[in-house]
Amino acid sequence: MAEAHSDDVTRRDFLYVATGSFAAVGAGFAAWPFVHQMNPAANVLAMATTEVDLTPIEKGQSIKVLWQGKVVFVRHRTEEEITAARAVPLDELKDKKAENPSLKPDAPATDENRAIKPEWLVVIGVCTHLGCIPLTNEGEYKGWFCPCHGSVYDTSGRIRKGPAPENLHVPPYAYKSDTTILIG
Amino acid sequence: MSGHSTYIPKSGIEKWLDSRLPIIRLAHDSFVDFPTPRNLNYWWTFGAILSFMLAVMIVSGIVLAMHYTPNTALAFGSVEHIMRDVNYGWLIRFIHANGASMFFLAVYIHIFRGMYYGSYKAPREVLWILGVLIFLLMMATAFLGYTLPWGQMSFWGATVITNLFSAIPLVGEQLHTWLLGGFSVDNAALNRFFSLHYLLPFVIAGVVVLHIWALHVPGNGNPLGINVKGPQDTVPFHPYYTVKDVFALSIFLLFYMGIVFYKPEFFGNPDNAIPANPLVTPAHIVPEWYLLPFYAILRSIPDKLAGVLAMFGSIAILFVLPWLDTSKVRSGRFRPLFQIFFWLLLIDTIVLGYVGGNPPEEPLLTVGRIATFWYFLHFLIILPVLGLIEKPKKLPESIAAAVLPKGAMAASVKP
Repeated sequence: MAEAHSDDVTRRDFLYVATGSFAAVGAGFAAWPFVHQMNPAANVLAMATTEVDLTPIEKGQSIKVLWQGKVVFVRHRTEEEITAARAVPLDELKDKKAENPSLKPDAPATDENRAIKPEWLVVIGVCTHLGCIPLTNEGEYKGWFCPCHGSVYDTSGRIRKGPAPENLHVPPYAYKSDTTILIG
Repeated sequence: MSGHSTYIPKSGIEKWLDSRLPIIRLAHDSFVDFPTPRNLNYWWTFGAILSFMLAVMIVSGIVLAMHYTPNTALAFGSVEHIMRDVNYGWLIRFIHANGASMFFLAVYIHIFRGMYYGSYKAPREVLWILGVLIFLLMMATAFLGYTLPWGQMSFWGATVITNLFSAIPLVGEQLHTWLLGGFSVDNAALNRFFSLHYLLPFVIAGVVVLHIWALHVPGNGNPLGINVKGPQDTVPFHPYYTVKDVFALSIFLLFYMGIVFYKPEFFGNPDNAIPANPLVTPAHIVPEWYLLPFYAILRSIPDKLAGVLAMFGSIAILFVLPWLDTSKVRSGRFRPLFQIFFWLLLIDTIVLGYVGGNPPEEPLLTVGRIATFWYFLHFLIILPVLGLIEKPKKLPESIAAAVLPKGAMAASVKP
């Protein structure tokens, strides 16, 4: 047997490190299910998308749907509402970002960046101030008005006056057909 | 033996904490430097295994409680939700359900170890009593837990066992109604059973702390049943018994996980996959395997109250075991006559378990009655008489003398 000086790495050290690592990896594998079980379950994930049929929504009308437990406004905009939204110069806006997760984070808040088809505006109906649901067709710009603290949004859902810091967020959505959208 | 502490705090933080709350000192004195008899065999590893299982049951139970709903309309569905929708829910459920079986397997081995080696004898009587109390709490917890999935066996098992309380004279019916919060097992019962099932494991944990405390006063028993005479009879708990316990735990876990992953329904009763139906009684109502011997004792006596008393009596008798056994010799190793009766008792409890799992018809009904009689005979007559008439073998001089080769007596304890 070769003799080992006290500062040489011994077989015992190797065994300790090897066993310890094995045990640590094993403990990690064992712990993971107990952590992951708190992530959304299969039935919650199944509710992660909401399909909306656009046919019953008349021009000028706006409906509320639930998506992932939150309110989403689906607004069938009139020509005036679209024109008014597109006429706004960007430097008048408090929040210049589009707040659209389908685009880059710094995409500008043009109306084109906030609606796939101009006649349908789909935005999350949660005021970006403290979370109340704004009232449709109210406020100076006839977009939305939040009664809780007085935030005013325009016909593109962008914040114009009041304490809210950001435009109403656009959820991820896509057209399944000309008359149906899938949110999420 | 509880002697004076050998812990020396090294770093500044250790010293600071030690002078305010000596918890590291307590852990060191109890589980690192604790002088433990050097001759403990693998039957002594089940205490650590049980502590581990308690932790597993509590963690898996708390996690299951995040997804379970204790309402009669929703309970069964919530368990299916756990099995199908919750990430790894199937695994955690199987860990918890089979963990109960493993917990009882370990506790029965632990109890029989105690009975064979005389671990219940002076000065460890309170240690033993605390253990029987833990066993009783475990049975209550397991019963309550089994009702929660709200299957047919959950419901009817709950009905049968809560009906036992109506056997008590004078107050039985009122007590029964009070327990259930109604006139039959229904939502009020299920909801409170969930609350109590969550509570009792923490009561168990508290009694386990007392159990370990009571152990550490005299120190561990050992297979020879003779007292530790000095440091040459002991080794420090760490690393010798920490490693032995971890090794034994690994083998136990291998078996446990084998069941969880390859035969998770092995202990399950298929009737519990049917949602509870108060209108239909299953043909054969049986509890889980670990309660079967007591179920057999209950059913072996034709009178309702007497059967209940016999069943509770069969556990109550364990509390006074230290005083029933009159032998001055602790360990069964040196008691040849006792050994025969020990094995007979073990066979008897297995027979009782088998009887409990089958319908109470002949010939098993008579077999069960004989086995019940033998159980009480063992504790009430055989044990007291044995100590008086048997001739034990000669005890060794000391633990060290028995396990060290001749001439090595001078070897002192090495950390």
